[in-house]
Amino acid sequence: MAASVDTAETVQSIAGDKYKYGFITDIESETAPRGLNEDTVRFISAKKNEPEWLLEWRLKAFRLWTGMTEPSWSKLGYPPIDYQDAYYYSAPKRKEAPKSLDEIDPELLKTYEKLGIPLREQEMLAGVAVDAVFDSVSVATTFRKKLEEKGIIFCSISEAVQNHPELVKKYLGSVVPYSDNFFATLNSAVFTDGSFVYVPEGVRCPMELSTYFRINAAQTGQFERTLIIADKGSYVSYLEGCTAPMRDENQLHAAVVELIALDDAEIKYSTVQNWYPGDENGKGGIYNFVTKRGACRGRNSQISWTQVETGSAITWKYPSCILQGENSVGKFYSIAITNNYQQADTGTKMIHIGKNTRSTIVSKGISAGKAQNTYRGLVKILPGAANARNHTQCDSLLIGDKCGAHTVPYIETRNRTARVEHEATTSKIDADQLFYCMQRGLSAEDSVSLIVNGFCKQVLQELPMEFAVEAQKLVGISLEGSVG
Amino acid sequence: MASETTTGLPYADRFAAIAATLPGQSVPWLRELREDSFARFAQLGLPTPRVEQWKYTNLHPLTKAGFEPAVVNGQGRGQIKALQPLSSLLPAEEPAHRLVFVNGLFRRDLSEIGALPEGVRLDGLGEALASEAESLAPMLGRAVRSGDNALLALNTALMADGCILRIGRGVSIDAPIHLVFVGAAEETALAFHPRNLIVAERDSRAVIFESHVASNGGVYWSNPVTEVTVEDGAEIQHYKFQDESLDAFHIALTEVEIGERGRYHSFVMTSGGRLSRQEIRAVLDGKGAECRLTGGYLARGKQHVDNTTEIVHAKPHTTSKEVYKGVLDEQGRAVFQGKIIVEKDAQKSDGHQLNRTLLLSDRAEIDTKPELEIYADDVKCSHGATAGELEESALFYLRARGIDETAARRMLIEAFLGDLGEDLASATVKAALQRRVSNWLAAI
Repeated sequence: MAASVDTAETVQSIAGDKYKYGFITDIESETAPRGLNEDTVRFISAKKNEPEWLLEWRLKAFRLWTGMTEPSWSKLGYPPIDYQDAYYYSAPKRKEAPKSLDEIDPELLKTYEKLGIPLREQEMLAGVAVDAVFDSVSVATTFRKKLEEKGIIFCSISEAVQNHPELVKKYLGSVVPYSDNFFATLNSAVFTDGSFVYVPEGVRCPMELSTYFRINAAQTGQFERTLIIADKGSYVSYLEGCTAPMRDENQLHAAVVELIALDDAEIKYSTVQNWYPGDENGKGGIYNFVTKRGACRGRNSQISWTQVETGSAITWKYPSCILQGENSVGKFYSIAITNNYQQADTGTKMIHIGKNTRSTIVSKGISAGKAQNTYRGLVKILPGAANARNHTQCDSLLIGDKCGAHTVPYIETRNRTARVEHEATTSKIDADQLFYCMQRGLSAEDSVSLIVNGFCKQVLQELPMEFAVEAQKLVGISLEGSVG
Repeated sequence: MASETTTGLPYADRFAAIAATLPGQSVPWLRELREDSFARFAQLGLPTPRVEQWKYTNLHPLTKAGFEPAVVNGQGRGQIKALQPLSSLLPAEEPAHRLVFVNGLFRRDLSEIGALPEGVRLDGLGEALASEAESLAPMLGRAVRSGDNALLALNTALMADGCILRIGRGVSIDAPIHLVFVGAAEETALAFHPRNLIVAERDSRAVIFESHVASNGGVYWSNPVTEVTVEDGAEIQHYKFQDESLDAFHIALTEVEIGERGRYHSFVMTSGGRLSRQEIRAVLDGKGAECRLTGGYLARGKQHVDNTTEIVHAKPHTTSKEVYKGVLDEQGRAVFQGKIIVEKDAQKSDGHQLNRTLLLSDRAEIDTKPELEIYADDVKCSHGATAGELEESALFYLRARGIDETAARRMLIEAFLGDLGEDLASATVKAALQRRVSNWLAAI
């Protein structure tokens, strides 16, 4: 216990000192002129040396986007975003980061060691710019080689466009079409980079893939586009985002993630999102408008989304599964924590199309401070989805009397043989539990962290080991200052 | 959608001409209220599925039926001669204070108000609007909280009649008050907008039965609005059976305000109507206030049944309990939207909600949206929803004991709906519910 409390504190101190590593130096960068028009789109496409079809696709998206209105149905309040007052292409702004682990507080390293967090993980936690550290190239090559041997393609989407155009052309926009929604359409027009994964037939990916391991593209832009294809009988686990505290200004982040699982394939997608949430007065923070969708195209395919959302001033995100193949399975495990002035409107959509499709939704929302936390989800059983099953569990926990927790599920059932169950509860932290912990010498804050971790356990245990440890810490950090 | 200025209802475009004949036109504030309400309706138009609250219920068929007002120059269109043939349709036979409305108009000749305790006023609204509008001013709109509700605005603009019930301080009415709304279809499709005003003063008590029946089938549209005020310590039990014609439209709104320690229990059984919606909005506006909403729905053919409820816990220590259950056959479609709001200071609120639906056919559809909106932390709120077919193993159990499939199915459906009755205080209503269910099941 002592060790983890220490870590919580140390990590906390990183999160707290947001200005310590926070100022930004513009390094030489190629920047498109401020604003957004067709020329910006052409500029981005030309920079990336893209084929004609992709430019056309971007332009179609852009032209559509100009006529679209920003959605307003969510329970989110934020000042209007001026889309013309932004740069849509710029070499990523880099932060003044420590050059190597030598510059990190040795005490911090000691704690990591105690916890057994691997070296590279430590770098991430401490905010070390990875490509500046020791032999990253060789590290990257080792992994790449191992993956290549298995025939797995894992690269940035820009590289994929150059090297595997047939795959990109076949699958890009096939799950989230360019016309999907305001933010996805904007992303389609101006996406700059992102990850591409292709796992060939029958291959089980030997390691967890993550944006982090794809070192040279670690610093991706505001408009990422991720495309993951699991061919027949394959398996891949993908980790997204990192727990390193990002110290960004109020900034728009509109990513699109598309997953495709063919017959008997399985994709496990885990996210720990800890973008800068803004300060305790609600100033700054990331606006996170993300479209994530997976298509279980094949028989017996499976897609699971696990997310721990603790960051961002605004989260608008509904990772979804289209359960098309017979016997396909969709899962959604989510923890969303909001504190101070954070707002989250998140949930999932499970669209049951094929026979015997099954879905599970477990959502845990925790709201503290003056935050608003909304679960919004859709379970749709189409007439052809005989014997479909869904079970949904949404629990909300309120800490303090100034926050809000909301649940907005939509359940549409059009097949007699389907079985759909939805449960939701809202309550506050149990005073007895709190008393019990504090009576045993834990501080109020640690007690809350412990209780909340227990509340979230069902989701935390779905995370890959490496993430689970950090996610647990984050739960505590995010709620800092919410009691007492 | 504010931009759509067409009302979608041709007869509403002749509002000025119709309004001139409505009761109370000589009273300035009432005339103004009608005009403002109509302007509001014209601005809003009929809600489309793009309006979140109407996502699953499309009112487009209303625009196609070519409705005419059921009241012309104070005279009702649509005739029924006597109540006799209807008695079989009414859910309750026990002695009651009975008011009968035909196409929205109060028919004293068919009603039996009987002797009421002192301090109770029970009467038709139309005459009162015409002769003593002033006394109604504090009652009209008292319980209404919803702001931009187009159909409420239309009702306020065109209300011609309805019921006034005012129960004085501490008065308890023993016999139930029975409001019978009869839809009598004519060759022209008729529309009517009854308005009921119910006020239970402090510590008073009453039981209200509300029946909506059809004299001879056919197309008509009933758009009733009922305002219920339950003052401190008062208690209202409100039972509604909606057995409209299977070609009729029934879009009802009930707005309830409940004071300290006040209790309101509503039961709504829907089995009639081609397209129907019952919206209940209840505000728990005093410490210790309690609200229970129970509902059942049975739909087959192409019936569409919408139950939309909103319970607002506005004060601390308030309780709500809500259970809606239904069975859908053929192409029956049901909508359940249940929202519980706990306001900022309504600590120690307790709100529970359950919606369960049985689907008997592959073409039936249920759309459920249970919603929690919570701004206080010391609360216990939950909702649950299920949808599916009859339990295979339960069916097998009965079949194994020699019960044929049809009987077994009926038995299980009856059991599924059975617990709706458990919460009902009135034996008459329980029996009426059972009759509805077994009649409906007989046709499976």
